[in-house]
Amino acid sequence: MGILQTLRVALRALLRNKMRSFLTMLGVIIGVGAVIAMVAIGEGAKAKVEEAFASMGTNLLILLPGTTSTGGAHGGYGSSSSLSWDDLKSIQTEVSSVRYAAPALRVTSQVLSEDQNWTTSVTGTTPEYFSIRSWPVARGVAMTQSDVDSGAKVALLGQTVVDKLYGPSADPVGTVIRIKNVPFQVIGVLQAKGQSPVGSDYDDCVFLPVSTYSSKVQGGLRNYINGTIYIGATSQDTTARAETDIGNLLRDRHHLTSGIDDDFSIRNLSEMASAQQEGTKTMTTLLASIAAVSLLVGGIGIMNIMLVSVTERTREIGLRMAVGAKPMHVLLQFLVEALTLSMMGGFIGVSLGLIMAQRLSSNFGWPMLIRADIIVIAVGFSAFIGVAFGLYPARKASRLDPIDALRYE
Amino acid sequence: MVLISIQNVVKRYQLGDMEVNALSGVSLEIEAGDFVAIMGSSGSGKSTLMNILGCLDRPTTGSYLLNGQEVAKLDREQLAEVRNQLLGFVFQSFNLLTRTSAVENVELPLLYAGVPTKERVVRSKEALSRVGLGKRFDHFPNQLSGGQQQRVAIARALVNNPKLLLADEPTGNLDSRTSIEVMALFQALGGSGITVVLVTHESDIAAYANRVITLKDGLIKSDVRQNPLSASAEMAAPEMSAET
Repeated sequence: MGILQTLRVALRALLRNKMRSFLTMLGVIIGVGAVIAMVAIGEGAKAKVEEAFASMGTNLLILLPGTTSTGGAHGGYGSSSSLSWDDLKSIQTEVSSVRYAAPALRVTSQVLSEDQNWTTSVTGTTPEYFSIRSWPVARGVAMTQSDVDSGAKVALLGQTVVDKLYGPSADPVGTVIRIKNVPFQVIGVLQAKGQSPVGSDYDDCVFLPVSTYSSKVQGGLRNYINGTIYIGATSQDTTARAETDIGNLLRDRHHLTSGIDDDFSIRNLSEMASAQQEGTKTMTTLLASIAAVSLLVGGIGIMNIMLVSVTERTREIGLRMAVGAKPMHVLLQFLVEALTLSMMGGFIGVSLGLIMAQRLSSNFGWPMLIRADIIVIAVGFSAFIGVAFGLYPARKASRLDPIDALRYE
Repeated sequence: MVLISIQNVVKRYQLGDMEVNALSGVSLEIEAGDFVAIMGSSGSGKSTLMNILGCLDRPTTGSYLLNGQEVAKLDREQLAEVRNQLLGFVFQSFNLLTRTSAVENVELPLLYAGVPTKERVVRSKEALSRVGLGKRFDHFPNQLSGGQQQRVAIARALVNNPKLLLADEPTGNLDSRTSIEVMALFQALGGSGITVVLVTHESDIAAYANRVITLKDGLIKSDVRQNPLSASAEMAAPEMSAET
């Protein structure tokens, strides 16, 4: 008897008990569906986190001035004035793994339009800042180096500030805003970036050329950078090297001998990103293993029903043996039945899991990421479960004595 | 021509500490084309003899030549092949597969013989026509009367053109009228060259046979020929015409 015949016999037997076959499959359907959906959700969350970190800036390092300590009271990072403009210049020129470095001097200030006002974060920086953070303008033009060199009184607005001062659909390019009574011409609106990973609004901000910021907002250029320096490494792989190189360079420039603490601090955001990714990966693994347990339970359900089926069909087995079925035929018949149950459950589970993943990802606004390898593993695993849990009942059936089986009541 | 030849067949069972002889030395020859009834009360060993003749069981000692082949020492796989090629079975309780059409029930032995699908269906329909069920191909067992179900079972036993047809109390679940029809069918088969061995405890059923062997306590008590070997051939009706 060929494998095709065996398959037909098995299918016919399963169709004779449609409801039971379906209920038996349900365990595998739920198990496989859960695995597919959980992994897809996990991958989606991971992608979402990656996206969030990418929006902060690619290969980003943040350099902060050190702390002060006056009379035993320690200030926070940035409270001392340990970073000079020369430090910035030498980072830009001397560290090969650094592509961009930009100062970011920040103050919270009221901004006035013709008829509205809004308090927001005002940052003085250079054009490189926008390259580090991969942040283009949506309208108007970007800040240029000549704006910085000439100390032009121009401003770039974040979308939230535009909403508050002009209304969502307005085009503010060309109008004038006032910060600390100084008029600035709006030259562009930055593309909306949304929320940061910690929940603050990226778009609630105004950017000015750093030179103009120093003279007009801060009230005169200072020798030290009383803000942070944003650094973009040449690639993801060089961020760690850039971190050490900058550290060594600054220790050298600040004449810090070994034993003295750094008077600055470097934050590596790709480390944060990978830590976050580790977190979601652990979560995915956890969810997938719970789902795998339900798959196992589904397999036990199959074994249970197959055992009942063998007992119930003892006479059928006896008859098949009497008319010439060899033990191998009987073994295969029941094994194929178990396999068909688990594989069909697997396929239905995959489709259900995909639908579920799509629903959930569109609900959460996550990208839907289906991993082909997980589908193959889930179907393969359900096939394995069919064979593993079908083997015992099938062997039991094939070892029946035809005389006893025919007389079984 | 001798189809069955058994010599000194003993079948011994272990019942707890006791050894019980279900057959204690039976020797028997059955001619091809004969219609033989085996009688005996329960415990006489007739079922054991039937199982051995049907290659469902092996004798403890002794030899069994079926169609010239020694089958007493074959293993399970080989016995299954012999059953598939040379034997047909009819049981008291029909043993049809439920929710399975008559044709699909009949083709079962051919499935295990590896006969291709088209030929299987043709031969199954032929066998059903032969037992007078030419219009019941797609009926399920629960849509057929007891007599019709038994005829489906007989068609199943015939579909592989067996040398020997074994019937174990084939009329046990049938009323007397359908019993007569089924027995007439067996007689007709005997006439067409198939050897029929029938186990029964009813003497009026055994009366249809050419030869009646009676067992008692695992031994042959009597062996009576009531009709000549050729008798059934003369009585043979090629096909059942009436359908009930």
